[in-house]
Amino acid sequence: MSNAASTTEPGQRPDWLAHGVLALGVLLFVLPIWVVLMGATHDAATIGRGEVPLLPGGEGPANFAALFAGGRVGRMLGNSLLMALAVAFGKIAISILSAYAVVFFRFPGRTLAFWAIFLTLMLPVEVRIFPTFKVVSDLGLVNTHAGLIIPLIASATATLLFRQFFLTIPDEYVEAAKMDGAGPLRFFCDIVLPLSRTNIAALFVILFVYGWNQYLWPLLVATGEEVETLVIGMVKMIGSEANTEWNQVMAACVLALLPPVAVVLLMQRWFVKGLTETEK
Amino acid sequence: MATLSLAGIEKSFGATRVLHGVDLDVAEGEMIVIVGASGCGKSTLLRIVAGLESPSAGRVRIDQRDVTALEPAERDIAMVFQNYALYPHMSVRENMAYGLKIRGFARAEIERRVAEAAALLELAPLLDRRPRQLSGGQRQRVAMGRAIVREPKLFLFDEPLSNLDAKLRVQMRAELRRLQRRLGVTSLFVTHDQVEAMTLGDRLLVMHQGHAAQLATPMDIFERPADTYVASFIGSPAMNFLAGRLTAGGAAVALAAGPVLRFADGPRPGAEGMPLTLGIRPEHLVPAAEGLALALDLVEPLGSESVLHGRLANGEALAVRLPGRPPAVDRLTLALPPATLQVFVAETGRRLDPSPA
Ligand SMILES: Nc1ncnc2c1ncn2[C@@H]1O[C@H](COP(=O)(O)OP(=O)(O)OP(=O)(O)O)[C@@H](O)[C@H]1O
Ligand SMILES: [Mg+2]
Repeated sequence: MSNAASTTEPGQRPDWLAHGVLALGVLLFVLPIWVVLMGATHDAATIGRGEVPLLPGGEGPANFAALFAGGRVGRMLGNSLLMALAVAFGKIAISILSAYAVVFFRFPGRTLAFWAIFLTLMLPVEVRIFPTFKVVSDLGLVNTHAGLIIPLIASATATLLFRQFFLTIPDEYVEAAKMDGAGPLRFFCDIVLPLSRTNIAALFVILFVYGWNQYLWPLLVATGEEVETLVIGMVKMIGSEANTEWNQVMAACVLALLPPVAVVLLMQRWFVKGLTETEK
Repeated sequence: MATLSLAGIEKSFGATRVLHGVDLDVAEGEMIVIVGASGCGKSTLLRIVAGLESPSAGRVRIDQRDVTALEPAERDIAMVFQNYALYPHMSVRENMAYGLKIRGFARAEIERRVAEAAALLELAPLLDRRPRQLSGGQRQRVAMGRAIVREPKLFLFDEPLSNLDAKLRVQMRAELRRLQRRLGVTSLFVTHDQVEAMTLGDRLLVMHQGHAAQLATPMDIFERPADTYVASFIGSPAMNFLAGRLTAGGAAVALAAGPVLRFADGPRPGAEGMPLTLGIRPEHLVPAAEGLALALDLVEPLGSESVLHGRLANGEALAVRLPGRPPAVDRLTLALPPATLQVFVAETGRRLDPSPA
């Protein structure tokens, strides 16, 4: 595009402008993360004085040690991890199965089922939060892991994505599998699942981050320490402005950042693998 | 090895009728080639035999057993698809073994059969590759291999060679015929290709708009087509048709283009003056001192032969096939050897044979 043109044609708008704009953008994104990282390595007093340190201090290990002392943060981390994994896997399992049913089977009410799923796209957790809470509390699931996770699992988006992908699987595979004697379950396990690998990996990343970042629902349901997630825990740590230990909050923040980053980095290799060995 | 019998197979998709009652009996080990224009229902017929589609009426029997209501898996049939439909995420070996694995064969038996088929099809060095790492011809052989290892009662082929280039097609055609003879598996083979239609099968089924227009050996169909559709469909370039009328008490035909020709094989039944369609193949026309005058308008030299197209004085089109180089003329006079004439009733298009003596 115009960028490429400017590098090839001498005398045009110089490159440094484009690079300058890009650098500015990167700076805007990186700065808050940098502040968090640096903040986690200073003592409470430094930040308490209102300074925003931009260079590393020497208190990093001590801050993290203090954070983990008492085991509460460890449990939050565990809860967050459990919730993100369960939401991601639960959503993938439910949506891949419902998409499979909608695409590969003719049954009465198929279109109805599809539209019902489609309509729930308009009703994210935030919109239906009170009825959902009522149901969960009637079931006695408030302040349990089940209550935290199950209401988040149904997913229209993932179902639609899988449906779209399944529609691209040629009919011949279905028919070849039928001739080979594969029933619906075998076809699903032996053909559909392996072909969906890349899609599953991509969705897993998105859904893991989605589950990890959940805020409103855990805030309502996770009332006790046993089930609270790291995100909720951080909010509770901030408490009142006066006696907040900001260095600890920053350290918790760093902890909260790590798993999504790790998942993205790990799964990225999968993406590339999936993209380079296109199998269709 | 098995016999296959189709009785009154009909199929409608909603309001559209695609098959109008097809009957077919296939003997043990026989190879039937099915040809017909695009959309005439060849694939639909094959899919009904396979069990991928259920007929609106009629019965499918394999070895006298009615299988119309059975699932594809229960029919013991193997099918080779036009685009092969090899599972992309499985190696060649896994592709071939999959059907056996599902049917619960022992691992040793699976390995034996795969090795055997691989040797037969010269696939042994490719067993660990994925389908996308294979050429079109190799994929075709894998698809064949997948069918062979099952040792099914019936092979179904839906235009399996149409994705290959001309040279490979010729080679695979011969291989396929040899293989089918050797295995002796009863087979149905759908194709668009003239040569495949003529050479591959024991018998040829020409389909026309959901009907079986004619079922006979390829040479029979070529020499005695049942109607003008079959006559024009089989043979390349297509048979010429000339209008005429029955005359001389049924012993001759008066062509609209002029000449009166006596039938070599006896008088035809029918009223004097009945409109007829005369068929003559381009290779049967011979240049002569007198006969039909043809004004040439297109010459196609094909190397060992030439095809010349032109018009008669009354406007009818005619194609001639002559051996060797095309003659450097723009008019030809052609004789129609009476023994090569095909006679059809103009109104129905049906073949009109001499009345029995
Ligand atoms: N699932 C379907 N629904 C509606 N119409 C169909 C369906 N399958 C096939 N048809 C119609 O049935 C007719 C026959 O189709 P079929 O695929 O059997 O043709 P074919 O002889 O195999 O043609 P080709 O040589 O082009 O493969 C076509 O007119 C097609 O449009
Ligand atoms: Mg077809």
